[in-house]
Amino acid sequence: MKRRAVLAALSAAAAAGVLGSLVFLAIAWQTEIPAMAPPKLADFDAATIHRGAALVAIGDCVVCHTAERGPAFAGGRALETPFGTLYATNITPDQRTGIGNWSAAAFRRAMRDGVSRDGEHLYPALPYEHFTRVTDADLDAIYAFLMTRGPVLQKTPENRLIPPLGFRPLLAGWKLLFLHEDPVLPVTGQSDEWNRGRYLVEGFGHCGGCHTPRNIAGGEERGKPFAGGIAEGWDAPPLNAANRTAHPWTVDAVYRYLRTGMDAEHGIANGPMGPVAHGLSGAPDDDVRSIAVYVASLLERDGPKAGSLPPVDREVEATREHPEGAALFAGACATCHGPGAPMMAQGRPSLSFVSALQADHPRNAVQAVVNGLPAAQAGRTALMPPFGDSLTSSQIGQITAYLRSRYSERQPWTALEDSVEEALNAKEQP
Amino acid sequence: MTIILNVNGAERRIDAEPATPLLYALRNDLGLNGAKYGCGLGQCGACTVQLDGKAVFSCLLPVAALEGRRITTVEGLGTLDKPGVLQQAFETEQAAQCGYCIAGMIMRAQALLDRNPSPTETDIRAHMQPNLCRCGTHMRILRAVRRAADMMSGKLAILESGQ
Amino acid sequence: MTANTATQLSRRTFLSGSALVVAFSLSSRAFGQLAGGGEGSAGPAVVAPHLPGSLKSSPMLDSWIRIDADGKVTVFTGKVELGQGIRTALIQVAAEELDVPPTAIHLITADTVLTPDEGLTAGSHSMQDSGSAIRNAAANVRMLLVREAARTWNVEPAGIDTDGMGNLTGPEGRTLGYGPAASSLSLHVEAAADAPLRDPARYRTMGASLRRVDIPGKLTGEPAYLQDMRLPGMLHARMLRGPSFGTRFQSSDIAAISALPGVVKVVRQGNFLAVVAEREWTAITALRKFQDAPFVRTASPLPSGDVAATLKGLPSRDIGILDTRNATAPAASTVNARYSRPWLNHGSIGPSCAMAHFQDGAITVWTHSQGTFDVRRVVAELVGLPPEKVHAIHVEGSGCYGQNGADDVAADAALIAWDMPGRPIRLQWTREEEFGWEPLGPGMLTELEASLDTDKRIVTWKHEVWSNPHNNRPVGAGGVIAGGEVAKPFPVPEGKPIPMPEGDGSRNSNPLYDLPNMQVTYHFLKDMPLRVSALRSLGAHLNVFSIECMFDELARAGGVDPLELRLAHMKDERAREVMTTMAGRFGWQSRARGDGVRGCGMGFARYKNLGAYCAVAMEVEIDRETGRVRVRRAVAAVDSGQAVNPDGIRNQIEGGIIQSLSWTSREEMTFSPDRRTSFDWSAYPILRFEDMPDTIEVHVLDRPGLPFLGTAEAAQGPTAAAFANAVADATGLRLRDMPLSPERIKAALGAI
Repeated sequence: MKRRAVLAALSAAAAAGVLGSLVFLAIAWQTEIPAMAPPKLADFDAATIHRGAALVAIGDCVVCHTAERGPAFAGGRALETPFGTLYATNITPDQRTGIGNWSAAAFRRAMRDGVSRDGEHLYPALPYEHFTRVTDADLDAIYAFLMTRGPVLQKTPENRLIPPLGFRPLLAGWKLLFLHEDPVLPVTGQSDEWNRGRYLVEGFGHCGGCHTPRNIAGGEERGKPFAGGIAEGWDAPPLNAANRTAHPWTVDAVYRYLRTGMDAEHGIANGPMGPVAHGLSGAPDDDVRSIAVYVASLLERDGPKAGSLPPVDREVEATREHPEGAALFAGACATCHGPGAPMMAQGRPSLSFVSALQADHPRNAVQAVVNGLPAAQAGRTALMPPFGDSLTSSQIGQITAYLRSRYSERQPWTALEDSVEEALNAKEQP
Repeated sequence: MTIILNVNGAERRIDAEPATPLLYALRNDLGLNGAKYGCGLGQCGACTVQLDGKAVFSCLLPVAALEGRRITTVEGLGTLDKPGVLQQAFETEQAAQCGYCIAGMIMRAQALLDRNPSPTETDIRAHMQPNLCRCGTHMRILRAVRRAADMMSGKLAILESGQ
Repeated sequence: MTANTATQLSRRTFLSGSALVVAFSLSSRAFGQLAGGGEGSAGPAVVAPHLPGSLKSSPMLDSWIRIDADGKVTVFTGKVELGQGIRTALIQVAAEELDVPPTAIHLITADTVLTPDEGLTAGSHSMQDSGSAIRNAAANVRMLLVREAARTWNVEPAGIDTDGMGNLTGPEGRTLGYGPAASSLSLHVEAAADAPLRDPARYRTMGASLRRVDIPGKLTGEPAYLQDMRLPGMLHARMLRGPSFGTRFQSSDIAAISALPGVVKVVRQGNFLAVVAEREWTAITALRKFQDAPFVRTASPLPSGDVAATLKGLPSRDIGILDTRNATAPAASTVNARYSRPWLNHGSIGPSCAMAHFQDGAITVWTHSQGTFDVRRVVAELVGLPPEKVHAIHVEGSGCYGQNGADDVAADAALIAWDMPGRPIRLQWTREEEFGWEPLGPGMLTELEASLDTDKRIVTWKHEVWSNPHNNRPVGAGGVIAGGEVAKPFPVPEGKPIPMPEGDGSRNSNPLYDLPNMQVTYHFLKDMPLRVSALRSLGAHLNVFSIECMFDELARAGGVDPLELRLAHMKDERAREVMTTMAGRFGWQSRARGDGVRGCGMGFARYKNLGAYCAVAMEVEIDRETGRVRVRRAVAAVDSGQAVNPDGIRNQIEGGIIQSLSWTSREEMTFSPDRRTSFDWSAYPILRFEDMPDTIEVHVLDRPGLPFLGTAEAAQGPTAAAFANAVADATGLRLRDMPLSPERIKAALGAI
C-alpha cells in the first residue's frame, strides 16, 4: 500500500479522469457532512474505547499518521512519490487541524468510501478498500478511541503533487474500479479464532495492503490474495504456501513473530513490518493469536512440520564459491552471526533459519545488510548496524551471495546487483 | 596478507588476515588509539572512524574491504598542538567525563558537519543516535557539535593553531 | 598531560620494584575496614585520627608531596581518575595551598609502590579523603618552606609570603625558589593539624573552572587509557568462559583451540581458562571457536520472580537504622507505598581490561580498578606471592560507576601472566562478558508508610528496605571470579553490610528531614541470587527515590505544594538553600501544572547525609499514546562545600542526571533461570541522544573555605524521584517500580 501503491493509484486516477463520463461526475461529487461539536469522553463507554484502542493497535494507524518524532496521530508523515509528496493527516480530535468536528457518520464515510468530512476524496494511501469490511460497531469503537485522544494542533502540510494529480475528484475513478464492498462473513467449519483472525487480517489489519500484489492501476489483484507484494523497497512475502522459509510457519511461530517482532526459526521483523509487530505487541493477546491462527492457515504447506529440519550451513562450499564474501563475512558478520557468537547462545535467529535468505528475491536480505536494524528510541529490540555506508555495492553483493550460498539450498539470486543498487540509492535519498 | 590502507592521508602497509576488522589494525598495527573497542558489535560507536567521509563502525570493517578507500581517525583531525575544529570545540565545552566514547563522537560529528555545515538540533541528535555515552556527557557533546558548526561557518573564531 | 601519561607509563614500567619514594612501610599496615571510599575495601589503618582526610592513615608529608631541587612538584594520591575529573581537582587543591601554578604540579595517582593507600576511589570520597589530605599536606609544606626561608633570611615567618609562581618572597625584595628552599628541608615529618590554609579571598586556583588536564589527549587519540597501553613483547588474551556468571561451556575442544595458528597458549588453572595469542584478532577468533558449544549452569538457577518476590524470599537480618518516637497530633491521612528497583548493569562503554607482567618473581599489574591496593592483595593471594612482590598501578579505563569487571579482569590477567613469565599480557574482556559476568547493581525493595496530621505535618514515618550487600569489593582472591575457578578455589567471602552513617542498602534511608517519629529498618539479605556489588550511589538511588516520592504522595494526599511540604520539614539551612535555589532557577511557583501531558516534579537529598546537597526539578511531557517521556528541562542546585572546580561539579551533576534518568526510565537486567539474557546493548538499552532532555542547568552554590563534600553520586537519587514525581504530576499516576519505562507508563495510562 505504500509508495508503489500510491503511484499506481495516481496513474489509475489520471486514467480514470480521461473517461470524463457523467457517471464519474456523479460519483466524484460528494456532499459535506456538517461539522459538529467535538464529543466528550462521557459520550463513549469505556469498553468501546478499549475495543477501539485494540483495533487501532492492530490497524497500526499510528505508524502512518505520526511524523518522525512527532506527536502520535497528529499526522504530517511524508510519503514521497516521483509525482510529489503526500502527507498523512492529523487524526487527533483537534477542531481546526484534526477530526475534532467529525461526526461518527463522517468518520464511517471516510473509512468506507474514502471521502473526507468536507466531501473531498481521500487518496487510497488510506486503505479504505479494506475498511469496507470493518463492522459499524468496530468503526464506531475506533472513532470513540480517536475522539478521546488529546487534541493536537498541527496543520497537515499541503500535498505537493504534480498537476493534475492534485485534483482529487479524479480519485473517484479509481474507486469506481477498485473499491468494492466485500464483507467478511464467517466461514462455517472454521474455528471462532480463525474467523476472528480472518476478520482482523482482511479488515482493519489491512495485511493485504502490502502482502497482496497490485495490478498496474494500483488496485489489489483480486485473484491473488496474499500472493506477496512490495512495500517501501521491501518484499512483503506471500502469506501462502509459496512462502519459502527454512522452517514451516506454525501458529506459535506466527504469534511470536507478530507479538515480539522475532521468531528464532524465521527472523526479525524489519522494514515496514517492524512497526507492525511493534503495534501488535500492544494489541490484545487473543486478537494476535487469532491473527496467527488465520495467517498460519494461509501459510500451511505440505512437507515436514516445525523443528524437523536440520539447519543448512554450507560453509565450505560457500567459501569456495564466494571467497571474498567469506572474508568479509568473517570480519563484518561473524561476530554476531557466526558459530560461537554470543548472540547465538541467546536465542537470536540463526542465519540458517532467517527467511530473507530463503526467499525468491534478494530484496529483504540486501535491505537488512544495507540498513541493518536501527537503534530504536525505546524498547529492547534487536540491533544491527547498517553496512550501506561502510561496504561498497560489490562487497554487499559478495556478502549477500555468500549468505545465500551458505545458508540456503536454493538457487543463487540473479537480481542481486540490481537489488543492491536499488537499496543503496534509496538510502542516499531518504 | 599485505594490505595497503590509506589512513589520515598516508599509505600504510600492514600484514594482517583479510578478515581482521579495521579497529584492530588501527590500534595494534598502526598504533592509533582514537578508535576504541566498545562492543565489537556495531552498537555503541566507540570505534567510529570516517570512511570516504562517512561515519562507520571500524569494529565491523574487514581490512580486506578497504584498499583504495580513505580512512580518517581522530588523529587525522588534529593533534595536541594543532587541534582540529571539533577537537577545539569539545575542549572549550569540556565535553568529556571519562572520555572513552569521545573520539567516536567526534568522528561521527565530523561526518555530519562535512555533509551539513549548519545542522539543526534535531539533525544533530538524530545523527548522533548510534553512539553511546555512559557518563551522561550528551548535553556537552551536543553543545560542542553546535559550537564546531558555528566555528566552521565563521560565527565563532577558530584558534589560529587549528585547521 | 597526555605526554605525561605516556612518560608515566614507561617510567613506571622502568621503575617497577624500585624504591624511589618509600615513605611508609608495608608491613606496619593493618587492614582497616571502611577507611577510604566508604565501601568495604581493605583500606589502611587510621594512625593519626586528629588529621583531616587520608592524613589520618598516611600522616607523613612526603607520602603526598615531593619538591625537587629544581622546584618541580610531585603530588601523590591514592585516588584515581575515573572520568570524574579528580586529577584536575587535586592538582588545583595542591596548587592552591602550595601556591604554585597548576602547571607546575605533576600528579601521580594510585600506585602501590609510589603513593599512599587511600582505599577505594568510591563513595564520592575523593575530595573528602584525598582532597582534604593534599590540601593540608600542601599547607604544611608551604608552612615549612616559609619557616625555612625565615631561617635562611633570619626574619620572622610572618614577613614572608609566596608569589604564586613557586617562590618565597621576603623583606627588601628577597626571593627564594621552592626548590632551593626544599633542598635543605625534610618532608619526612608528620603533618600538623593546624597548618594555616590560604585565605579564600586570595585564592588563585581553587574555585576556578580549570580546564581538565586529561581532556586534550582524549580528544586527539593520545594514549590515555589502559586499553591504549602497548608493552614490548605483549601478548593478547581473552577469557574462555560461559555466557554469564555461574555457567560454563561444555566439551569445547581445547586441543583444537591451542593448535590454531597464532595461538601461543591456552592457560588452564582448574576451571580457569584463557587463550593467549600473538595477535588480538587471533584471540578473538579462538574465543569464538571455544564458544561454539553448549553451556551448562554450574550454580543454582537465577530467580524467576519479580524483585519483590525474590528479595522477600531470602533470609533477612534486620538492622535498625532509626527509631525515634515523639508525641504528635494524631494522623489524619496515611499513605502506604512499595517501591522497587531491578538489577542494573554498570554499562561502562569500554569493557574491562588489564595488563600484567610476571618477571623475576614479581608481578606488575596495570589496572583500572577503583581499589589499586586491593588488586595487589587479591593478586598476591591468588598466585601465592607476598604482597611486596605484586606491584599494582592504576591506569585510567572507561568510566566505571562502581564495581564492574575491573577487579576481576586484573586478577585474570595476573593469573595468565603468572603462567607465562616474561611476556606482558593484555587481557580485554568482551562486551558480552562484561554484561554477563560483572557484579550487578543489586535489585532493591522498600516499603514506606507515612502520615500527615490535620495541619499537614508529617507525624509518622516508617521505611523498610530489603537489599543484598552492595560492598562485595574483593579484598582477597575469593572476591574475584578467578578465585572461584582455580584448582583450589578460594571461598567467596560472606557479604557484609556497611554500617551507617555511610550505609549500603541502607544508604540515605535516614531522611535528613526533621520528622518526629521515624522507624527505619534495613532487611539485610546476605544471600545473593545474582552476583552483585557497588553501583554508583548504592542504596541511595532507591532510598532517596522512595523518600522523595513519598513526600509527593503525602503532598498530594494533603493538598500541599511538594516544595512547601519539604521546606516545612527541613531545618538544615544548606538543604533549604539548595532547594530554594533550585526552585528559583526552575520557576517552581509558576511551573506548568499537571494537565495529563505536561508536569513537573522535584527530588532532594544530601548524599549519605554527609556529602553534597542536591536538588533536582524537571518538567516532562508525556506522549500518552506511546508512554514516551520527554524531559523538557531539568534544573539542579548543588552545594559541595568549597567548590574546587565548579565546572567539574556541573559536569558530574549533569552526568548523574542523565545516567539516573537512564536507570530510572529504561534499565533492567533480564535473566532466565540458566543465564543473564541482557548480553549486549540491544538487550540492555540505555538512553541515546534522541532521549536526552532538551536542557539541563546546574547551579553550584559556592561555600568558600568550607570542607569539600563528595558530589559525584549526589544526583542519582534526586533525579530518579524528580522524574517519577513529574510523571505523576503529568498523569496523575504513581509508578513505583523502576524502570518507569514507556511500556509501563503506556500500560498504566490505558486507553482512556
